[in-house]
Amino acid sequence: MAKDLVRTLADLKEKEALNIVEDRLKAGEEPLKILEDARKAMEVVGKRFASSEYFMPDLIYSGEILKEITDMVKPKMSKAGEIKRVGKVVFGTVAGDIHDIGKDIVVFMLDVNGFEVYDLGVDVPAQKFVEKIKESGAPIVGLSGFLTLAYDSMKQTIDALKAAGLRDKVKVMIGGGQITEEVRKYTGADAYGKDAMAGVSLAKKWSGAG
Amino acid sequence: MEKKWEDMSPDEKQEAMFQRLLSPKDPQGNDIKFLSPKAEKAYKDRVTRIKDAVQMKKLPDRVPVYVLPSFFPVYNAGFTPQEAMYDYGKLNTAFKKFMLDFDPDSNMGSVMPGPGKFFEILDYKLYKWPGHGVSPEYGYQCNEGEYMMADEYDALIEDPSNYFSHVYLPRVFGALGGLQMLPALTGILEMYGVALNFIPFGLPPVQATLNALMEAGGEALKWVGAIGAFGGEMTASGYPGTFAGFTKAPFDVIGDTLRGTRGIMLDMYRQPEKLLEAMDRLTPIMIKMGVGAAHMNGNPMVFMPLHKGADGFLSDEQFKKFYWPTFRKVMIGLINEGCVPLPAAEGHWTTRMDILKDLPKGKTLWMIDQSDMAKTKKTLGTVACLAGNVPSDLLKLGTTQQVKDYVKNLIDTAAKGGGYIVCNGAFFDEAKPENLHAMIDTAKEYGIYK
Repeated sequence: MAKDLVRTLADLKEKEALNIVEDRLKAGEEPLKILEDARKAMEVVGKRFASSEYFMPDLIYSGEILKEITDMVKPKMSKAGEIKRVGKVVFGTVAGDIHDIGKDIVVFMLDVNGFEVYDLGVDVPAQKFVEKIKESGAPIVGLSGFLTLAYDSMKQTIDALKAAGLRDKVKVMIGGGQITEEVRKYTGADAYGKDAMAGVSLAKKWSGAG
Repeated sequence: MEKKWEDMSPDEKQEAMFQRLLSPKDPQGNDIKFLSPKAEKAYKDRVTRIKDAVQMKKLPDRVPVYVLPSFFPVYNAGFTPQEAMYDYGKLNTAFKKFMLDFDPDSNMGSVMPGPGKFFEILDYKLYKWPGHGVSPEYGYQCNEGEYMMADEYDALIEDPSNYFSHVYLPRVFGALGGLQMLPALTGILEMYGVALNFIPFGLPPVQATLNALMEAGGEALKWVGAIGAFGGEMTASGYPGTFAGFTKAPFDVIGDTLRGTRGIMLDMYRQPEKLLEAMDRLTPIMIKMGVGAAHMNGNPMVFMPLHKGADGFLSDEQFKKFYWPTFRKVMIGLINEGCVPLPAAEGHWTTRMDILKDLPKGKTLWMIDQSDMAKTKKTLGTVACLAGNVPSDLLKLGTTQQVKDYVKNLIDTAAKGGGYIVCNGAFFDEAKPENLHAMIDTAKEYGIYK
């Protein structure tokens, strides 16, 4: 009986999941179908995180197992499989701030929820956001920051979007350890997310995918 | 006859530590000369007020008030973090202005910015600091990473000191590569062969490392002279030190410093037994670190910044298995030696409160950031003094009226029956000075116990 990769990966059983993938590859199965199961499993992981059944260690571990599976499957693929995406998001930690734990969780959750995420990393200058939005045409921007100094960097980033004539073309969400509704007003963002799930809900709402 | 230290109960030891704080000494062991009788009275009133709040046995005269900033004093004086890290005169000017402008009940000292040149000499990799990875206008920030590899737990467990000196330090300090080549000093046993152990000290990389250590030590001495003078001056002016030193929860030692967030979280799945064993091994070392600082500085308070146990980082089950047991052991170890652990619960810890309250009463002081204060008072607050919860966004963006209202509400919620200190919730770089004044004034006026 074929073992269920979706369930095994979603339950974070690393060795079992990798064995299943190996068996299926040996049996000559289409690599894309394996990746599709892995993607379904990550959706379950995302749901469990959203309902506080899973936490950061579980999220990180699932990402690690997924990476191992992808590394096994990729060499067997004839051409890169296209995964349907529900929307594009440009994401980064704002200038002067190098904190990434919170940002990485939101990027992970957006990804497993089907978004194409352009992760610009940390300490991202305002101009880099502007360029990436122009280049990708993404209608959603996420600004992350942990320091109180990030309030001003967020405001400056949003001002730069205005100056570039992009402000009415994008929705901007902000988030991070010390971010509140007051900070949202100060920066001129459209919304703030108190956690990763709030960020996903906003992205879904704004892209019409919710 | 005075009781010997080892015969005292934890209660008696804590009392003795507070008595030492009440009679401060200079580094030579002489009584500090206060600037005036008024300063001396203010000092003793403050220590008594803090002690009463912490011990929860009797009401203080009023709710104490702390301000625990990050780089705020530096900006407030018109300097950049870079200037404060490289010019110790400016560093002390900034922190003195901060203390005299705001007049809080304790002095955090001018230690926090740290000596920039010292970090340069050693080529410190764990942090970016102004001019080295972040702009001169920003404070330092951590470069979290995997500085200990997944397969190195046995080496850490077997000999933590040796692991730090030979493996960890050369990874985080670019100038200390020579430490890898040093012998184990436990091989130095008798005449025969003893000189073989000293061969590494003759090698150029080791000698370069030793030179860097001497240069760094010289810089650290220069710096500590400056911050020590500032601490002494503030004591003489009537401000007791907020804490004597710091230590950490073993989970954070591994998660922040050694393995990084990703590393430790994978270890929870792939090698949980090793992780638990390593944390056990670090526990007495963390106790000794805190107790040593407290006894040396004559102040019972030992700061403990908490990171990876916050809500959202771990499930309650994971918290109970991996974070809490050794964290609690460190606190109890400190308490047994007369110290008052001062954990800073950064972020939200609301879901942890029922676990955290398993502590002896009147022995800890908690800096609370954004946890629900009403719930915290009913749980942890029944056994521990709380400080904090004034939000960063309010201090930077709010009006003075909003701050006053917030602090009044906090006092109503958390200060009933004692056991609360008005304080900012998170370490902050920026705030409106008038908002800090509003926070402090409200504590001093509205916080009087009648």
